Amino acid sequence: MTNLAIPENMVYSRPESLTPIHNHYCPGCTHGVAHRLIAEVLDEMNIRERAIGVAPVGCSVFAYNYFNCDFVEAAHGRAPAMATGIKRVLPDRAVFTYQGDGDLASIGMAEIMHSAARGENITVIFINNAIYGMTGGQMAPTTLPGQKTTSSPNGRDVEVAGYPLRMAEILSNMDGAGYIVRRSLHDPKNIRLAKKAIRTAFEAQMHGLGFSMVELLSTCPTNWGITPIEALTWLEDHMIPAYPLGDYKISEHLAAIKF
Amino acid sequence: MARELLKGNVAMAEAAVRAGLEAYFGYPITPQTEVLEHLSARMPELGRTFVQAESELAAVNMVYGAACTGTRVMSSSSSPGISLMQEGISYMAGTEVPAVLVNVMRGGPGLGNIAPSQSDYNQAVHGGGHGDYNLIVLAPSTVQESIDLMVLAFDLAEKYRMITMILTDGSIGQMMEPAELPEMRPVVRKDWDWATNGAIGRERHILSSIYINPPLEEETNLRLMRTWQKVQANEVRYKGYYLDDAEFVVIGFGTSGRVALSAVRAARAMGIKVGLFRPISLNPFPYAIIDELADKATAFLVVEMNTGQMLEDIRLTVRGRIPVEFYARLGGIVPFPDEVLSEIQRMAATKKFDTGSHPRDAWLERFTAQSER
Repeated sequence: MTNLAIPENMVYSRPESLTPIHNHYCPGCTHGVAHRLIAEVLDEMNIRERAIGVAPVGCSVFAYNYFNCDFVEAAHGRAPAMATGIKRVLPDRAVFTYQGDGDLASIGMAEIMHSAARGENITVIFINNAIYGMTGGQMAPTTLPGQKTTSSPNGRDVEVAGYPLRMAEILSNMDGAGYIVRRSLHDPKNIRLAKKAIRTAFEAQMHGLGFSMVELLSTCPTNWGITPIEALTWLEDHMIPAYPLGDYKISEHLAAIKF
Repeated sequence: MARELLKGNVAMAEAAVRAGLEAYFGYPITPQTEVLEHLSARMPELGRTFVQAESELAAVNMVYGAACTGTRVMSSSSSPGISLMQEGISYMAGTEVPAVLVNVMRGGPGLGNIAPSQSDYNQAVHGGGHGDYNLIVLAPSTVQESIDLMVLAFDLAEKYRMITMILTDGSIGQMMEPAELPEMRPVVRKDWDWATNGAIGRERHILSSIYINPPLEEETNLRLMRTWQKVQANEVRYKGYYLDDAEFVVIGFGTSGRVALSAVRAARAMGIKVGLFRPISLNPFPYAIIDELADKATAFLVVEMNTGQMLEDIRLTVRGRIPVEFYARLGGIVPFPDEVLSEIQRMAATKKFDTGSHPRDAWLERFTAQSER
């Protein structure tokens, strides 16, 4: 008879904060990694039951299916406003948004800026893959100069389409922000650093230290038109020079906390 | 509670507080700003939530978030701001969450002006946002009624899990009248079985307006429709004046209903058998009672501060049985009772009504001729 019991040497399993639902993301997409990191942090901080997520419009529109916590689905770009409404009436909950670059840096620019300016005590996970995924590969506010997309077929011409937005740098100027960093999901070392940042962001929120955002450089092999491995290399070679990784703002109160 | 002299906007805000409002999100816009100003002081004083949002768009989405937690929440605005809120209104309707919105209407379209108008009737009653949905729409005509309907609005919103909109205008919002506020109700945050307030010791809740699978969206549309049928069956509200022996019935809501009442009283003093029917719930619309009135009356006169938006709903009910006449002032102008009285007198003196042209066109012709005199 086969022993189906969990082996004593189990070292890796699904976090309780993730549902056992197959996700719809493309092979090689880093959304799955980002989801898992958030779920691990919710588990480790034991805040799954108190967590309320806000899903965006974009590839992660169905994120609410994959997290085992309460979730709402916002209109395009409005996740920080919706999160504000939730957090203000339930201040002891862990409220987070999960937003892509079109959602956060284009249509939702006003909502993200003012949530940060108000110091809304929420956590924002910002997936920057320099392209619109769900609608099939159009130019994003974070598309790199010269990058080809279905709506910039000759490459992003900054004379016509303007320049990419560096959201971590922009938001770090907000007095209401407590923690603003940029990380990348292109290799295991950076994934570990990304998880640590997500943990710090949620710690900032649970300590009432204001607005926190982790920008995660991510891949979109499908719409970039390259293989998953090539995508990881492309991210490292092209995105990191344009979007330098680092800590853009860590409030002194947060820096003093040990966890 | 004693009667006191209260400004319409302040009265609505305070009534909401006393009805257990826990959170308000809004943006300044004339002529509703006193709602926001009053709550900016009152809500923090009571330990409740007040946020001045960066836009009406953000405000309505904050309302959406708070509504998902099952909290009593509202926003208020005026016409252009309500247009910006249509996105959130549609999403909330699709998510089936309760909230209260106030539209203190002003002249439009576009930036228009800040004077009283009723030109958002269609937007409130017949849509506004995308998709198939309904709002409960209540139209007060006095400060007292603004108070009473505000309290009712929260109860209805929660009972049917939908938005209730108070559709008022700059006249009622800005005027001061004696009115009585209700007693302070305790704030009761109900633990609704649908609310996303943290999955503590229970399965997770998801609130969304997305039904990517069309059969599930159809099911949602059907559910919204069935809920609306219940609202139609139970929540029709109106007030009739001098209708028992009325040959002529004036129909108007809110401010135009109030102005028409003065005209009706003056006409009665002249011996004209005229009454007033004032719909209070504009949605659900009091079709059945208007249908009955159409069987008894000689003719209707619809008075509005728009180009005949409710007029179409009246005509739909009357179905050509009796003449329906129309009178309006537009652009932020409130008609004088004398203007309505002249219309009543003209109708009382009319032997044969011209039913050939649309009442709006006939009114425009009369109105143009009169202006050119």
